[in-house]
Amino acid sequence: MSRRFDGLLFTIAVLLLWELLYRIVGSSGLSSPITTFATVVHLLGSARFWQNVAATADAFALAVVFSLGGGLAIGLLLGLSRFAGDVFDPILNALTAIPKITLYPVILLFFGLGMSAKVAFGTIHGIFPVIILTMNGVRNISPVIRKAARVMRLTPAQTIRNVLLPAALPEIFSGMRIGVSLALLGTLVGELFASDRGVGFMLIQSVEHSDVPTVMALTLLLFAVAVAGGLAMLQIDRRLRREG
Amino acid sequence: MSRVAAARWAIVLAGFATVELCCRTGVIGRLTMIPPSAMIVSALHLLTAPAIQSDLLFTITNAAAAIVIAVIAGFVAGVIIHALPRFRRIVDPLLAAYYAVPTFIFYPMLVAILGLNRAPLIAIGAVLGVVAMTVNTLAGLDRIPRVYVKTAAALRMPRVATALLVQLPAATPHLVTGVKLAVSYSIVGTIAGEFILSVAGLGRAMSLAYNNLDNATMYGLLLILIVTVTAINLAIYEWERAVHRRWGLR
Repeated sequence: MSRRFDGLLFTIAVLLLWELLYRIVGSSGLSSPITTFATVVHLLGSARFWQNVAATADAFALAVVFSLGGGLAIGLLLGLSRFAGDVFDPILNALTAIPKITLYPVILLFFGLGMSAKVAFGTIHGIFPVIILTMNGVRNISPVIRKAARVMRLTPAQTIRNVLLPAALPEIFSGMRIGVSLALLGTLVGELFASDRGVGFMLIQSVEHSDVPTVMALTLLLFAVAVAGGLAMLQIDRRLRREG
Repeated sequence: MSRVAAARWAIVLAGFATVELCCRTGVIGRLTMIPPSAMIVSALHLLTAPAIQSDLLFTITNAAAAIVIAVIAGFVAGVIIHALPRFRRIVDPLLAAYYAVPTFIFYPMLVAILGLNRAPLIAIGAVLGVVAMTVNTLAGLDRIPRVYVKTAAALRMPRVATALLVQLPAATPHLVTGVKLAVSYSIVGTIAGEFILSVAGLGRAMSLAYNNLDNATMYGLLLILIVTVTAINLAIYEWERAVHRRWGLR
C-alpha cells in the first residue's frame, strides 16, 4: 500500500516538474503533460500508428532471432575452448565498444533503405552481449561438472543440452535480456536513420516537422514499453540467479 | 608473444585481408565499401587537413565535457538515491530500463532549447552517460560490507571521514566500472548528436561525406573515429582491470 502511495507521489512530482519545465522552456522544445497524454490517446486510436508499430515489431522480431540465435551459437563455441575464449575476449570487447551509430552509412550502403538495414542494425546492437555473457557463462562452469559429463560419455550434443546450457542459464539469460533491449534500441535507431516506416521513422518525421507533442508522446510510449519489458525480464533474471 | 596473442593478431589480420580481397576482386562493390588499405590512406590524408583536425578537436572536447558532467552528476545522484530507499524503490525500474530507450531523440528538443551550438551535444552526451554512473554508484555503495562502516563507527570516526576514507575506497571498483560505461555512452551520445544536427564535428563531417557519396572521405573518417574511440575504450578497459586486480577482484 505504502509502495503504491509512493509511486503515486513520485508520478505527481514528475508531472509537476514537467509542467514547470514546459512553462520555462515553451512549446518549441517541450509539450505540456496534458497535450502529450492527449496525443498518446490520439496515437493509440490511429491506424497509421499501429501500421508503424507492426513494421517495427517485424524488424525487431528478426533482429532478436539473429541476436539470440547467433549470439548463443558463437558464445557456446567460444566458451567451450579456453584458448578460443582467451583469443576472442578482447576482440569482442573492442567490437562491443564501437559506437554502432557511426556504422549507419555503412549498413545503408550494404543493405539499402528498408527492412534488412533495420534488422542488421538491431542485430549488431543485440548480438554482442549475448555472445560475451554466454561465453563467460560456459567458461565459468565448474570443471567438475564438465569432467562428469565426459566420464558419463555424453555426446557433445547431450553435453550442451543437458549440462552446459542449464549450468550457464543465469548468465545466458542475462545476456539475452540485455541483447533483447539493445536489439530494440538498434532497430529503432536504424529506423531513425535508415527506413521509410516504423516507430523510429515516425519519430524522426515528427522531429523534422517540429511536431513536439508527437515526439514526446512516442518517447513516452517507448519508455513505458521498455520499462515494462525490462522489468519482466529482470524478474525472471533474478529468479534464475537465486535458483542457480 | 604468447600463443594467444599471436592467434589474436592472426585472426584480426586475416579479417582485414579477407575484406581487402573482397573489395579488390569486386565481391564488395566499390560504391559499397572501399578496401581497408584505401581507408588507411584516406584517413592519414584527412588527418593532415586542418578542417578535420578542428572537427576532431570539437568532438573530443565536447565528449570530454559530457563525460565530466555525466560522472559527477551520476555519482551525486547515486549517493542521493542510495540515501533514500523509499525513493529508490520507485526509480530502480526506471534506471534499469533507461538504456532501452533511444534517448537521443531528445536531441532536437535540446537544440531548440539550448541553440545550435556545442551545448546540446554536450548535454545529450551527458544525458546518455549519467545513468550508467548512477547505477554503478548504487551497486558500489550496496556492496560495501556493513562491518566496515560499523568498525568506523566503533572507532568513532567522523561521518565525513568514514565516507571519504572507508566508503569511497570500498566502492571504487564499481565506480570505475561506472566511469568506464559513462565514457563510452557519452562518446556515443555526442557523436550521434553530430550525425543528426550539428555545426561541426567528425560525425557531421561523416554524414556530409555520405550524403555527397564521397566514400573515400566517409570511410577515412569512419576509420579515424573507430580507432580513436576504440583506443580510448581499451585504455579505460585496462585501467578498470588494473583497479579490479588491485582490489583482489578477478
